[in-house]
Amino acid sequence: MSAGSGQFQPRRATTEPLWLRAILLTFALGFLALFLLLPLVIVFGEAFSKGWQVYVAAVTEPAAAHAIKLTLIAAAIAVPCNAIFGLAASWAIAKFQFRGRQFLITLIDLPIAVSPVIAGLSLMLIFGARGWWGEWLNDHDLQVMFAVPGIVLATIFITFPYVARELIPMMQQQGREAEEAALTLGASGWQTFIRVTLPSVKWALLYGLILCNARAMGEFGAVSVVSGKIREQTNTMPLHIEILYNEYQFAAAFAVSSLLALLALLTLVLKSSLEWRAARDLAEAEACRRPE
Amino acid sequence: MLFKKSSQKPVLPGFGLSMGFTTFYLSLLVFLPLSALVLKSFELDWAGFVKVVASERAIASYQLTFGSSFIAALINLVFGLLVAWVLVRYSFPFKKIIDALVDLPFALPTAVAGIALTAIYAPNGWIGQYFYQWGIKIAYTPIGVTLALVFIGLPFVVRTVQPVLEDLEQELEEAAASLGANRLQIFCRVIFPALIPSLLTGFALAFARAIGEYGSVVFISGNMPFRTEITPLLIMSRLEEFDYAGAAALGTVMLLISFLLLLLINALQHWSQQRHGGGR
Repeated sequence: MSAGSGQFQPRRATTEPLWLRAILLTFALGFLALFLLLPLVIVFGEAFSKGWQVYVAAVTEPAAAHAIKLTLIAAAIAVPCNAIFGLAASWAIAKFQFRGRQFLITLIDLPIAVSPVIAGLSLMLIFGARGWWGEWLNDHDLQVMFAVPGIVLATIFITFPYVARELIPMMQQQGREAEEAALTLGASGWQTFIRVTLPSVKWALLYGLILCNARAMGEFGAVSVVSGKIREQTNTMPLHIEILYNEYQFAAAFAVSSLLALLALLTLVLKSSLEWRAARDLAEAEACRRPE
Repeated sequence: MLFKKSSQKPVLPGFGLSMGFTTFYLSLLVFLPLSALVLKSFELDWAGFVKVVASERAIASYQLTFGSSFIAALINLVFGLLVAWVLVRYSFPFKKIIDALVDLPFALPTAVAGIALTAIYAPNGWIGQYFYQWGIKIAYTPIGVTLALVFIGLPFVVRTVQPVLEDLEQELEEAAASLGANRLQIFCRVIFPALIPSLLTGFALAFARAIGEYGSVVFISGNMPFRTEITPLLIMSRLEEFDYAGAAALGTVMLLISFLLLLLINALQHWSQQRHGGGR
């Protein structure tokens, strides 16, 4: 049998000829350039198309400044809430066995699959003027819809899976031996959680927080249902972009967009550096374990 | 390793607290609003419900939403596999940066993606103008909608296939090659079957995400009823007409479909994890 040539040149056997590699690489990179790089270039290109002054004016005008502030507020409330939820949910799901666990995981994923418009609509049916609690809220002079609380609620709804989803597999992988050992050694439940569990999942937690924050600041569909889009009152950055765009103020719309695009790029940089650090920690832990 | 025997008594504290908080949070944020949605749609009687969800305009919107989501997910399936392959197997300059950039659609707000894609593909846009000269309109047609959905779903297939491809044992390929298989045979008979569960998962995720997408599509679609109006947008216009029950009825249909898709995705992921080395 002519097995010889294949066996002695494993490199050649498990890769493609050069021409095929070149073609595949060209198609893959061309696809990415068209769909990822070009939109980014356009955002910055259009943002500066009318010069620096227009750019600076667009991002510092009162309506834009207010939108930026509101976006930051919404994220500053939504992200910590979802972090607490993520920690609680992952602790319950990863460390314990119970009936309906898989169903709970599916429920947590729901906002990722549900259209943001449906999320906004559902909140409206609870908190809106004609919603379940609308009358009660109105009687007590509490405005949720078309006001900041509604925007925060919509943001929380859309972004709550992100921290939990990163933490659950990580905590499952860690098992419960370390926590059980700490408890046996006399640590209290909280001490165990803070000193043992949190450090072991810190990268996954940070990773989840970053993703959650990026989504929170960029949420459009759900927020646009509940906000009412009142300028300088309930306008977040994505909504402000929509208004500018519909008023044909393209340079200004892209200027505000460029801030969000920068946020997205920053998110990607942080994410990659976290992945790198997590991999390094893992390698170090393995290296420590091996000699023994 | 992953799942402890359930006979083992939980000695860790905090189950009541964490489970209680999780349930409370989920009920308040998900269960309550979504039940309000479903109940609202019950305000219509059956005939009324059908009239809303099976109206000509609604059916046209389903066709666009599901059709363009399906095509977009298919495009992502092919190119996602290609990108994952290139990222895992080949080395080229700036590979790390390009790898990181794949997640851009997760991080970039959809509204920003929407206006950027419109600026590219509009009849006077950067690329759109060349197609327009040949009489092809991209933005404000279903083609534009599909392109936006390709962008939105791009990372899913790459990120589900990539880890599986990385863990694939090269020995298998070497063995196949030594037994006389050529490269195409090895890909079709050894590599591809191992990737099928992750490809399907990525496809389903991209599809599910595309169905609900609103932010990026609303700018590029032009929003013409019967032609370029996706279902989430139809819900939005029902809302603007204060037809809450009608909006809720359409929302309920979409919600049901999303939920079924999620269950399917979870089953696929379970299958894929079992195929892919019993755990992790």
